[in-house]
Amino acid sequence: MSKLVDIENLRIAFRTDEGGWKEAVRGVSFSLGREKLGIVGESGSGKSLTGRALLGVLPSYAKMSADKLSFDGIDLTSASPRLRRSLRGGRMGMILQDPKFSLNPVMRVDEQIIEAIRIGDRRMSRRDATKRAIETLEQVHIREPARVASLYPNELSGGMGQRVMIAMMLVREPDLLIADEPTSALDVTVRTQVMSILDELVTRRGMGLIFISHDLKLVSKFCDRVIVMYAGRIVETIAADRLHEATHPYTQGLLSCMPTVDGPLEPLPILQREASWA
Amino acid sequence: MSLDTSLDSKHALRAARLTELRRFARRFLRNPLGVLGLVIVLLLLFTAAFAPLLATHDPYLPTLAARLSAPSAEYWFGADELGRDIYSRLVYGSRLTLLIVGLVIVTSAPIGLVIGAISGTAGGWVDAIFMRITDVFLSIPKLLLALAFVAALGPGIFNAALAITLTAWPPYARLARAEALVIRNADFVNAIRLAGASEARIVFFHIIPMCLSSVIVRMTFDMAGIILTAAGLGFIGLGAQPPLPEWGAMISTGRKFIFDQWWVATIPGAAIFIVSLGFNLLGDALRDLLDPHLRQRN
Repeated sequence: MSKLVDIENLRIAFRTDEGGWKEAVRGVSFSLGREKLGIVGESGSGKSLTGRALLGVLPSYAKMSADKLSFDGIDLTSASPRLRRSLRGGRMGMILQDPKFSLNPVMRVDEQIIEAIRIGDRRMSRRDATKRAIETLEQVHIREPARVASLYPNELSGGMGQRVMIAMMLVREPDLLIADEPTSALDVTVRTQVMSILDELVTRRGMGLIFISHDLKLVSKFCDRVIVMYAGRIVETIAADRLHEATHPYTQGLLSCMPTVDGPLEPLPILQREASWA
Repeated sequence: MSLDTSLDSKHALRAARLTELRRFARRFLRNPLGVLGLVIVLLLLFTAAFAPLLATHDPYLPTLAARLSAPSAEYWFGADELGRDIYSRLVYGSRLTLLIVGLVIVTSAPIGLVIGAISGTAGGWVDAIFMRITDVFLSIPKLLLALAFVAALGPGIFNAALAITLTAWPPYARLARAEALVIRNADFVNAIRLAGASEARIVFFHIIPMCLSSVIVRMTFDMAGIILTAAGLGFIGLGAQPPLPEWGAMISTGRKFIFDQWWVATIPGAAIFIVSLGFNLLGDALRDLLDPHLRQRN
């Protein structure tokens, strides 16, 4: 399998109030083929930053360094901003957390998807782009796509909004999709639906997916491989279906914190952190 | 079947949007002062549009026999020092007022909007440079700066409008910058950036539309100020030139007769007052309805 993403020793630091630098991502290395990779970890473990570094949308005050950061053979550390912009959207996309905030409130759904299409292909006529937008909406299982296309984001439900967001990112058929907690703003029933749509599209198109989440169960269900991050480092990489065989105490701790239907009726254990993990 | 439901829901959608519009209208009508402002502004627009029909005399034709005659059935608001009908001049003057206001608004608001939006979105040294330029313009009194420009460019309506523009854009830049600072961190801006949009596209298609409602509100408030500044320039002879029936210039000529023939100066003064008041009232009402910062409260 060809490597779609190759990251070696990625470090991202922020300036502290005292004037020093605090590393939020400390030497992350992994590679990704056309597979579904889950990144789990608690808040602040650096999982979103890793995704953003790949796309090149880190905040300007962050300092990033990497021995290697490549996408499909393109070295991203030396790529011009122009090249990186052309990769965004066209070859890699990202789905954000909350559709309530990630869609422009004053633009209709079709306008937003059409804009995404036309950023990549300026020559496409408006009519073709509209047709394409409606087709894509259909692919994310939206009923009456023509009607939904003329709605404003505030007229959509959360699940619909997230599917529109997925449509907007998939419409240009990227090779890599980064989903940054795409379902955490949705309620549980909608969550499974959105995930299965995402799963279906990614599998059918043979894309690479990086699925960032803190929901271990969801990740183990949908991904091929799971990376567990803690305090800016990868503590464990494991096949998703072997998650229960995790060896690192942090992963074990996380797993044992999850309630099971037929588990013992005792209070769940509290995760005990050890300084040596960091 | 599916066709029917989609048609139904399309109607439902249109109905819902109409309801929304009607609610907006109702909330506007609940504010009597705002309605008064709207009426005044509409009246001004109507007067300007149909000036030839509404005027009873030629605004430029002197009738020396009627010099400085008092308001009467023939001359509704009296006649000026050359015997020209003040009412007709007032009616034609509304066109000049609107012309200046229009020119200033269509130039200053977009300039301020673009500068402010770029400044707020880009941040850093771009922001610093743009905002210091803005500060310089803001630090000089409006009329004084306009005066200096007109003095340099030469008097005339277009130069007056240009001069007012040069002094009117900084508040828009400040306003747009403040809005842009908030919007640039919004997720949907990130989302479109992730879709590969350039910074220029983000500023022009995503930041600026979101700044518009504040700018529109500010614009209606500014119109009163622009009218006053234009009249001020006309009064000191740097705006519209005779024989144009500009209201400020009319006051200026009427000044000489203010004790004996008060109407020559008072009538155009009242017109300026009423129109400025109208724009202010309208602006106030629009702010209550449109300003995103006040909206949550009512």
